[in-house]
Amino acid sequence: MCTVCGCGDEEHKHEGHGGNTRQVSVETDLLARNDAHARDNRAWFERERVLALNLVSSPGSGKTHLLTATIERLRDRLPMAVIEGDQQTRRDADRIRQTGVPAVQINTGKGCHLDAHGVGHACEALEPPRGGILFIENVGNLVCPAAFDLGEARRVVVLSVTEGDDKPFKYPDMFQSAHVMIVNKLDLLPHVDFDMDACIEQARRLNPGMEVFQLSARTGQGMEAWVQWLEAQCSGRGAISDGQELETLRQRVAELESRLQQAGLMKS
Amino acid sequence: MSLAREVLHILENQARLQKFSRVHAVTVTIGPLAAVDGPALHFAFEAVTQGTLAEGAELHMEHPAARGCCRHCGHCFTMDSWLTPCPHCGGPAQAEGGQEMQVKDLQVSDEGMRRR
Repeated sequence: MCTVCGCGDEEHKHEGHGGNTRQVSVETDLLARNDAHARDNRAWFERERVLALNLVSSPGSGKTHLLTATIERLRDRLPMAVIEGDQQTRRDADRIRQTGVPAVQINTGKGCHLDAHGVGHACEALEPPRGGILFIENVGNLVCPAAFDLGEARRVVVLSVTEGDDKPFKYPDMFQSAHVMIVNKLDLLPHVDFDMDACIEQARRLNPGMEVFQLSARTGQGMEAWVQWLEAQCSGRGAISDGQELETLRQRVAELESRLQQAGLMKS
Repeated sequence: MSLAREVLHILENQARLQKFSRVHAVTVTIGPLAAVDGPALHFAFEAVTQGTLAEGAELHMEHPAARGCCRHCGHCFTMDSWLTPCPHCGGPAQAEGGQEMQVKDLQVSDEGMRRR
């Protein structure tokens, strides 16, 4: 078969279809570069004992309000930082900074999602919130951000009751890849046709382990369970990472000692 | 669009590694559960390759079947989407693969190099 035009005729000629073309094997993942940056980010988060959360949703689900309400409740208990992703404007980062928490804005321009490379650079501008949380608010979009690992520990999909209860099945790529689903704007539930049980059933059909929180960032209803879950995630992380940090330091000391010995500067 | 740019980036890298100057055809493997739309990738590929070593190149897509096993009864079957139910009991599937996005192979030559 002609690999240029797909026809069965081996004899015909057109540009690229002749004796001087050859086939080369490539087998490279389209996301290989992003995944490498995501691995670097994940290693950095673990080293700095930061719980990184990637918040994804459609535009207008209330992600930024959820963040400011979360920060208000956790401000005195945990260090936090925020990376804000939007196509344009610095409004969201400004809203976060008003709470007293550091925020870096990434403007993606024509881009419809954050990628691991951009997040890595944004982290350079942040003092890591050691033992606390880095919230990464992705661009409002339930399609493209699904494919791009940012190095996060948990992906949190936010959905509001005004959007309809069939979002999980409409955007399965995103919902199957998320660890947590937050159903926001619970205060509006009496005014809209939103079947909570059906929505949760759809989400858990795609991902049986999905943690679900129903809350209203505006009224505070349900916020406590979410905040407690965040604290629990951080406390586990700190304990494990202390051991890891010690082990990393031991390895580094051993490595330095062996280099000193090789250089003849230290007796074994 | 960013996936199409990644395809071009891979082609430019491979041109250096495997020493060719022109790409005539690209075969990509896209699993049925990968978060990418075939026609959109075609359109974006045509746009980003203008004026490059791959201008006018054909983009062929292969869609390998995705396998999944039912979380309830364990029966394994072919999945077309994340929502494909178990044909035995209607239960939800645990996917095994199907999210591949890969540049598989190229048809290349050393002639007709177009410079940017």
